[in-house]
Amino acid sequence: MRYLPLTDADRQSMLKTIGVETVDELFSDVPEGALNPALDLPDHMPEMEVERRLTRLSRQNHLGSDGPFFAGAGAYRHHVPATVDHIIQRSEFLTAYTPYQPEIAQGTLQYLFEFQTQVAALTGMEVANASMYDGSTATAEAALMARRITKRNKVVMAGGLHPHYAEVVRTNEELIDDKVLQAPATPGAGAVLDMIDDETSCVIVQSPDVFGFLRDLTEIAKKAHEHGALCVAVVTEAVSFGLLKSPGSQGADIVVAEGQSIGNALNFGGPYLGLFAAREKHIRHMPGRLCGETTDTEGRRGFVLTLSTREQHIRRDKATSNICTNSGLCALAFTVHMSLLGGHGLRKVAQLSHEAAVKTADALASVQGVEVLNDAFFNEFTICLPKNASDVTDVVAAKGIIAGVPGGRLWPGREETENLLIVAATELTTDEDITALKTALEEAL
Amino acid sequence: MTTTTDTFTGHKGLELEVPLLFEEGSYEKSGVDMPEPSGTSRLGDLCAEQPVELPAFAEPQAMRHFVRLSQKNYAIDMGIFPLGSCTMKHNPRLNERMARLPGFADVHPLQPVQTVQGALGLIHELQHWLCELTAMPAVAMSPKAGAHGELCGMMAIRAAIEAKGEGATRTKVLVPESAHGTNPATAAQCGFTVHKLPATEDGRVDLAAMTEKLSDEVAAIMVTNPNTCGLFERDIREMAEAVHEAGGYFYCDGANFNAIVGKVRPGDLGIDAMHINLHKTFSTPHGGGGPGSGPTVLSDALAPFAPVPAVVKSGESFEIIEQAEGDMEQAFGRMVAFHGQMGMFVRALSYMMSHGADGLRKVAEDSVLNANYVRVRLAEEMTQGYPGTCMHEALFSDRWLKDTGVGTLDFAKAMIDEGFHPMTMYFPLVVSGAMLIEPTETESKASLDEFCDSLLGLARAAKAGEKERFTQAPRYAPRTRLDETKAARKPVLKWTPANPEAMAAE
Repeated sequence: MRYLPLTDADRQSMLKTIGVETVDELFSDVPEGALNPALDLPDHMPEMEVERRLTRLSRQNHLGSDGPFFAGAGAYRHHVPATVDHIIQRSEFLTAYTPYQPEIAQGTLQYLFEFQTQVAALTGMEVANASMYDGSTATAEAALMARRITKRNKVVMAGGLHPHYAEVVRTNEELIDDKVLQAPATPGAGAVLDMIDDETSCVIVQSPDVFGFLRDLTEIAKKAHEHGALCVAVVTEAVSFGLLKSPGSQGADIVVAEGQSIGNALNFGGPYLGLFAAREKHIRHMPGRLCGETTDTEGRRGFVLTLSTREQHIRRDKATSNICTNSGLCALAFTVHMSLLGGHGLRKVAQLSHEAAVKTADALASVQGVEVLNDAFFNEFTICLPKNASDVTDVVAAKGIIAGVPGGRLWPGREETENLLIVAATELTTDEDITALKTALEEAL
Repeated sequence: MTTTTDTFTGHKGLELEVPLLFEEGSYEKSGVDMPEPSGTSRLGDLCAEQPVELPAFAEPQAMRHFVRLSQKNYAIDMGIFPLGSCTMKHNPRLNERMARLPGFADVHPLQPVQTVQGALGLIHELQHWLCELTAMPAVAMSPKAGAHGELCGMMAIRAAIEAKGEGATRTKVLVPESAHGTNPATAAQCGFTVHKLPATEDGRVDLAAMTEKLSDEVAAIMVTNPNTCGLFERDIREMAEAVHEAGGYFYCDGANFNAIVGKVRPGDLGIDAMHINLHKTFSTPHGGGGPGSGPTVLSDALAPFAPVPAVVKSGESFEIIEQAEGDMEQAFGRMVAFHGQMGMFVRALSYMMSHGADGLRKVAEDSVLNANYVRVRLAEEMTQGYPGTCMHEALFSDRWLKDTGVGTLDFAKAMIDEGFHPMTMYFPLVVSGAMLIEPTETESKASLDEFCDSLLGLARAAKAGEKERFTQAPRYAPRTRLDETKAARKPVLKWTPANPEAMAAE
């Protein structure tokens, strides 16, 4: 077994040192009959065999690079520079633990500090944590944080919040008997404003929303504040930070986002990267790890995990959250990619993605039967088709084109959204891709 | 004032100081070449006027910045990383290569299911391995980390209790004091109240005392097995029977599953739910604090309440159930967007296939063997937390340090100077000044001997009164001890150009 360094001679001599005859004597506390069960699993395989089998499985998937690709709805296919993957595969980053011994973990701690600084700047907020599992869990944590701050038990969600995110919030909040209300998921509707009242702990608004509509948060935040509630802004496409007014500048109290599209691959949904930023006054209510600056005994600058009295390993059942990991390596990928882009580069990626989406929307608007629902949008918009969009997506996929995400996938069985197709473009989208999609839709409709 | 030992650069040979990227990057340029945009805009009035003020590196600068930073980290690839309960074992690079196959990495979670049959097939295959290794009928794949898996299991328990109409009355969860902090935090997050599960003098759950605490108000017990003292809960079957008889459920924390994988199946012991940290038992990299992955196996009683989505096989093809309907009508909800940590699934399956049933059993055996070897060797100078053999980790108290003026923390920092990552300190809470050592199966005997020789040397030095070796440690790390109190008192969580403290530190 290539991963096990002990030799049989080592094992024998170690058993002797321990004072037992066989290794099973060390398992003597295991109840009768439960030791060494027969397993219906194959025995070990050489590296080349594992590689052969997994490669074969991987070939049964249609890749983003196999053809025109327009899927988004919370996961985006952007270009990631080669440098990023090299850095995150450095042994010292890849095979380190959570930086609990800061003297020998300054590499991890410093990049987390850099990450927090970048996230705070992008979201327009005062502080950010060292990351969460993903955008959806970060959203649920934001709702729980608002509950701690306002001591209220009612969450209001905009209709344009990604349905998976809404379900995750609902699952976490209803568990503790909180009320969760959501405006209907209708493209372009803005019913959420009327739902905010004096019992509301927070209003959760996504922009760009799941249909690609841009939401001005200013009014919503204002109304939330008038009622003593918090405004939680959700962003599922982090590249949009490069071009849009930040949620912080529009009055959001907590900003959560999916950071996947900067530095991280699609990975069929995970691992991703939850961004979490807030106002400084709420620091002690924040979930997750925080990295802070300090000095060592010689006065040199260094970094440590801090404010851990909020966390489960100290506070146990009184902790702000049960979370004990962040998404470290994905945060590193984000930090490296952002450090290559800078503010100017990110704006360019965002602008190119936006322009590709504009071209796509214009091309699809000319297809008979297709209606583009958005006037303003970032890199994603919704079209209404004359028939079930899931069926159309399947037909088009058979031609090697991923046309977008159909309403039926996000809201299974819901009639109002079944003809909708959510279409995303990025800087990787070419003019040929757009023409191919247009042609395929013309044929399918 | 400089002395001859100071350098003009602040660097010391290979030990290179690294400014923050905000101090050395350029605010004018970008390190990525892209075509020029045309300037079209359909953003309405939400377009920001200026780019976000963040600096950039050219590629060579970025490489140097992050490579230099990386060299300030200790890592499993450099040496033994004996963090008890954390399981730092070798991360096979085959797993990295497999996870990066474009067929897994460049696939969107919401592509039509017929275009992702390989990805779904992989998840399905991993489900089979996890169920078979645990003797459990079902597994929820979406939890993103161990603590998230705990949440999944406890949510399923809560749903099952509510389905029986006992939601309002069964509100207590019993947790031993030795448990990971995530256990009580998770129970509280599910709306339960947390109560102490008494322990015996030999570091295990006190079955008789536990039985007395059981009632129709108890929703579940949460017990780690092997427990956080590195001991197998020898009454585990009786515990399961007792809690079931009282109408409650058994949540088993699977953080230490690596000690028994292939040797013992939790399902054979009567548990109802257990998360599996793929980053521990199945060696997906810890990455400096994530991403993890925490699939959660469920018993027949809890399986109907598993969250969406789920991957199922239908004839020759695979499907995803995304909504609580049909067979999943009773699903308690959804834990994440999409389907969980696919990248970790690939790595874990690659690890499992590499080891196979025979190799995984060897993993458990060698990890237990290594831990006991370390236990016996160190017991020469150090006090064991509990008498007798251990499983995959050896627990020591600080009793042997009494009157030396050296504490557990000092001892740990002196280990850094010896070239090791310290063990887990002050956990579990049931032992004074705990030192929890988990060598894992991927350490050679030579590595264990070097480690033990060094710790024994340190122990003798402590007893001989060489206090400064400990209180001044670490002396050979990139930083000496860092002031955590200062960091918490006035938190500085980001770089700001006008920050006087940041400037003063330069």
